[in-house]
Amino acid sequence: MNGPWLPVLTALPLVGAIVLAFLPKGADRLAKLLALGWSLVVLVLTIVVCANFDPDGDRFQFVTSYTWIPQFGTRLAFGVDGIALVMLALIAVLTPIVLLASWHESGQGRRSVKTYYALMLALQTCMIGVFVATDVFFFYVFFEAMLVPMYFLIGSYGGPKRQYAAVKFFLYSLVGGLFMLASVIALYVVSVRELGEGTFAFDKLAGMDMSTTAGRWIWLGFFVAFAVKAPLFPFHTWLPDAGGQAPIGAAVLLVGVLDKVGTFGFLRYNLPLFPEASRFFAPLVIVLGIIGILYAALLAIGQNDMKRLVSYTSVAHFGFIAIGVFAFTTQGGSGAVLYMVNHGIATGALFLVVGFLIARRGSALIADYGGVGRLVPWIYGAFFVTGMASLALPMTNSFVSEFLVLLGVFSRNPVAGVVATLGIVVAALYVLWMIQRTMHGPTNPKLLEEGSPKWRDLSRREAWVIAPLLVLIIGLGVYPKPLLDVINPAVKATLTDVGQQDPQPSEVAGGNR
Amino acid sequence: MEYAEPTGSLSLLWLLIALPLAGALVLFLLGRRANAWGHLLGCATVGVAFVLGVIQFFELRGLGEEGRQISQHLFTFIDVGGLKVDAGLLYDPLSALFVLLITGVGFLIHVYSIGYMSHDEGRRRFFAMLNLFVAAMLLLVLGNSFVALYVGWEGVGLASYLLIAFWYTRPEAATAAKKAFIMNRVGDVGLALGIFLLFATLGDTSFEGVFSNVDQLSSTTVTIVALLLLLGACGKSGQFPLQAWLPDAMAGPTPVSALIHAATMVTAGVYLIARSAPIYDLTETGRTVVCVIGALTLLIGCVIGCAKDDIKKVLAYSTVSQIGYMFLAVGLGGEAYALGIIHLLAHGFFKAGLFLGAGSVMHGMNDQVDIRRFGGLAKYMPITTVTFGLGWLAIIGIPPLSGFFSKDPIIEHAFDRPGWSGWLFGGAALLGAGLTAFYMTRLFVLTFLGKPRWTTEEEGGKPHPHESPLSMTVPMMVLAVGSVAGGFLLTQGDRTSHWLEPVLVRGAEAPEAAHKLEPIVITALVIVFSLVGAGLAYLLFRGGTAKAEQPANQLVVAARRNLYADAFNEAVFMRPGQWLTRALVYVDSRGVDGLVNGLSAAVGGGSGRLRRLQTGFVRSYALTMLGGAVVVLASLLVVRLG
Repeated sequence: MNGPWLPVLTALPLVGAIVLAFLPKGADRLAKLLALGWSLVVLVLTIVVCANFDPDGDRFQFVTSYTWIPQFGTRLAFGVDGIALVMLALIAVLTPIVLLASWHESGQGRRSVKTYYALMLALQTCMIGVFVATDVFFFYVFFEAMLVPMYFLIGSYGGPKRQYAAVKFFLYSLVGGLFMLASVIALYVVSVRELGEGTFAFDKLAGMDMSTTAGRWIWLGFFVAFAVKAPLFPFHTWLPDAGGQAPIGAAVLLVGVLDKVGTFGFLRYNLPLFPEASRFFAPLVIVLGIIGILYAALLAIGQNDMKRLVSYTSVAHFGFIAIGVFAFTTQGGSGAVLYMVNHGIATGALFLVVGFLIARRGSALIADYGGVGRLVPWIYGAFFVTGMASLALPMTNSFVSEFLVLLGVFSRNPVAGVVATLGIVVAALYVLWMIQRTMHGPTNPKLLEEGSPKWRDLSRREAWVIAPLLVLIIGLGVYPKPLLDVINPAVKATLTDVGQQDPQPSEVAGGNR
Repeated sequence: MEYAEPTGSLSLLWLLIALPLAGALVLFLLGRRANAWGHLLGCATVGVAFVLGVIQFFELRGLGEEGRQISQHLFTFIDVGGLKVDAGLLYDPLSALFVLLITGVGFLIHVYSIGYMSHDEGRRRFFAMLNLFVAAMLLLVLGNSFVALYVGWEGVGLASYLLIAFWYTRPEAATAAKKAFIMNRVGDVGLALGIFLLFATLGDTSFEGVFSNVDQLSSTTVTIVALLLLLGACGKSGQFPLQAWLPDAMAGPTPVSALIHAATMVTAGVYLIARSAPIYDLTETGRTVVCVIGALTLLIGCVIGCAKDDIKKVLAYSTVSQIGYMFLAVGLGGEAYALGIIHLLAHGFFKAGLFLGAGSVMHGMNDQVDIRRFGGLAKYMPITTVTFGLGWLAIIGIPPLSGFFSKDPIIEHAFDRPGWSGWLFGGAALLGAGLTAFYMTRLFVLTFLGKPRWTTEEEGGKPHPHESPLSMTVPMMVLAVGSVAGGFLLTQGDRTSHWLEPVLVRGAEAPEAAHKLEPIVITALVIVFSLVGAGLAYLLFRGGTAKAEQPANQLVVAARRNLYADAFNEAVFMRPGQWLTRALVYVDSRGVDGLVNGLSAAVGGGSGRLRRLQTGFVRSYALTMLGGAVVVLASLLVVRLG
């Protein structure tokens, strides 16, 4: 389908943010409703785009581009493949949900409510832009611009240590981004030499020859940026701080979408642009991923703050995604992409439920809870289902993706598959122990003391926030085919770029499939 | 081997799972609004499923012997590259029997729970979870691929977790539930890896695809697959070395212990091995390991069962031990696969009956579980005494009750195993029979016979034992009838073995091995061992027992402490794990974070500058960004011009 669908989709939230900025002071309710309505319009537009995407069609669809800076050969080039498309859908679904979830949280303290919502919408533009840009420089601009609204969301609306967390987030990302910048420039230099004309266009760069050494160095630059963003062990230490301090709404987008830019970058840039380097470094990434799976899961067990705990579980999940990408099998790749979406839904939902608890207790510390299940059974139910999704129980969405990743990794490298599979035991530990410490047991007497806040169960607004995600968790766990049908061709194309095929069944005579 | 398309009532296979699943969803989602009638809906869904199961069983029987493997495709679950996973069901003689067991015993236990849980405010939630369990268990036995089985497998694990933790305000219930889930997950790792290995080598995970190509696998691969599946089976079935969770699971309500932790879920491991018979047939080593696990576990269960004083824990270890017999049987392979399944079915009846009886006793005794504080209950609970008594006679294998017909042939086949291993396994099974008779008789005598040793007012209230309501006793009576007649009906004319042949026995019959001992000799030995065990227990305990734990020799102390399995797990896994976690938390905050902070500080030009950045104003970061962009553009210009 032709037409400026993607530019409109990208710009729309930003326009909303600007409109919000011009609202009069104190019109908080209007700002909230306007932002929510705006994000619903974006959702509808995204649904239209998804409905018109042809899974069997070209790799990139809705392709449009505009002249930008002809001197550098960079254009405002738009286009989505199946991988980017499912991420667009995730962004479109999560944004209205987090806006609704932030209803009261954003108003705490002296901070401006409308600014919060404007920042969220601006962030949405950046997130969409990262996934729809098909020009490397254009991508880089969104990649860096994304930091700004998130920086202010954490730094202005976060927890008590928000300044530290925001700066840490910013510096890590910025330093990673500088590595990428160096690589982007180097890529341009190579393109000048190889193609006779400098360019940042993905489709031209993807087929380009380059020397092994140059390819590996440039690969590393991209890798560091994406590994910080993802984040991959050992670049992960900013995430628990950022995730722990960010307001819930921003935390959901941070962990659910922003971090996926890293793993998306692996798939979109590292693999197709540098096939040789990707194959060369794959063992390294797989080792880092596996360390991350076990290491972060053990750390999650040791946390005493729920938001930090969820952040660490995310690091473990990103390990799964990374090994899925670098296993170079269709199952690993499709599983990883599906994992990106599913993790956004499941962990997003987990963060939101944690937010419900914090809204009642005013604390994220696990020790401040205990026996809460009896007081708020519906919240307990939501917490339980999202927890089960986090440990990838079958019939939840995460199971399909984790199963595919592990199977894909195992069929490429059995040893890596075995070690990574141990992660499912540790995942069960951190989830169940968190549930036990917060929900089970006798009710913590401090919760029932005179003067402590009333424990109301799920409000109507909260039900609207969490129900869509719970439906998606179960729905995609039972019937993941619609997503996989979109993802598969894009992953196959990526694997073709990187020059890898699935291993054949090793012990079937003649591979009779 | 080709599976047939479903016809007639068999096209409604999916409804077997959908009914209890719908029941669970309705009961969960309606919440308090369903409190008044929730238990009735819960019973109804399982009851209808049972009726449907019976109709489908006869429909299957009406088909020719060749056509009794029905596969129903529902929808495509996963289709990525070479991996195609159907959401599909397989209905064959093996799964048909399991459907009857699960829905039949399941229905009885649902009915029993109406009375048992009548005073519990969470009764609706309880029935929702029981329905969920039945749905997952049916998926486990009806799935037509290893993946579908795995989905059901973890599904029953979830239901088991929820039901053990049903009274989650009690810390010991919450902890027991978590322990069960974790230890099951350890087993699940094995099952998952087995599936991955099958896919990597055969490119398929469906039963049809795997079993028709399994002979192409190298013998090493087959053995590894068999051992990985066995690890999964051990986790689910509470077999050594993953047995420690099952006794703790008794923290759940007693109907749960009866249904999940005795009759159905814990026998899933036996199902898995029998279902994978084409794999185990190809690996002598794999089968031997199954036998060793089975023989070892049956003895462990017996020994600990003799030392426990908690009525449910004795029954739990008895379950561990009886499943050991089933493992031994399926490990022997060939004809003995069917014997394992027969014992599983018979055990489903008498063990469920025993647990319901225990529940009835607890119901009348203020939830007391210590058999040292029972005694003389026969007078007050005649129905419970008779039904429990029949279960007791069935499990110790007194002819002509159920256990005699199902256990005796397993012991015979164990002796028939060629070489010295036959003596070993047969001997273990025979010794186990004697020990079973001992601890079960001790349990029966101390509970129902002799003089009362009940708690007094000062010790926390005098119980007023009474018979349970009809909703509880009727299911017990039905199960007691099953305990009496089940074994005979299942084995008469080898009908069950013959029925299961298309699934379990493949290819040429192995030549009949020479008997080491004549079957009649073994039967006599089993009866003698059982009578001696039972007689000894009767003589020792007819006069009652001390009301509190007495000092004892080292073996008894070890048995009381579960042969130190928990202590081992704690010392080897839990404490080092906690230590590791604490160490890593420290390392991560100091080491890794510090290192990366240091590095980024170095990159940023010294730690002083970093500190300044961290405490500076937001504007300066925006400036930094702008500066970065300028640098980019400038360098691009340089490149362009240069």
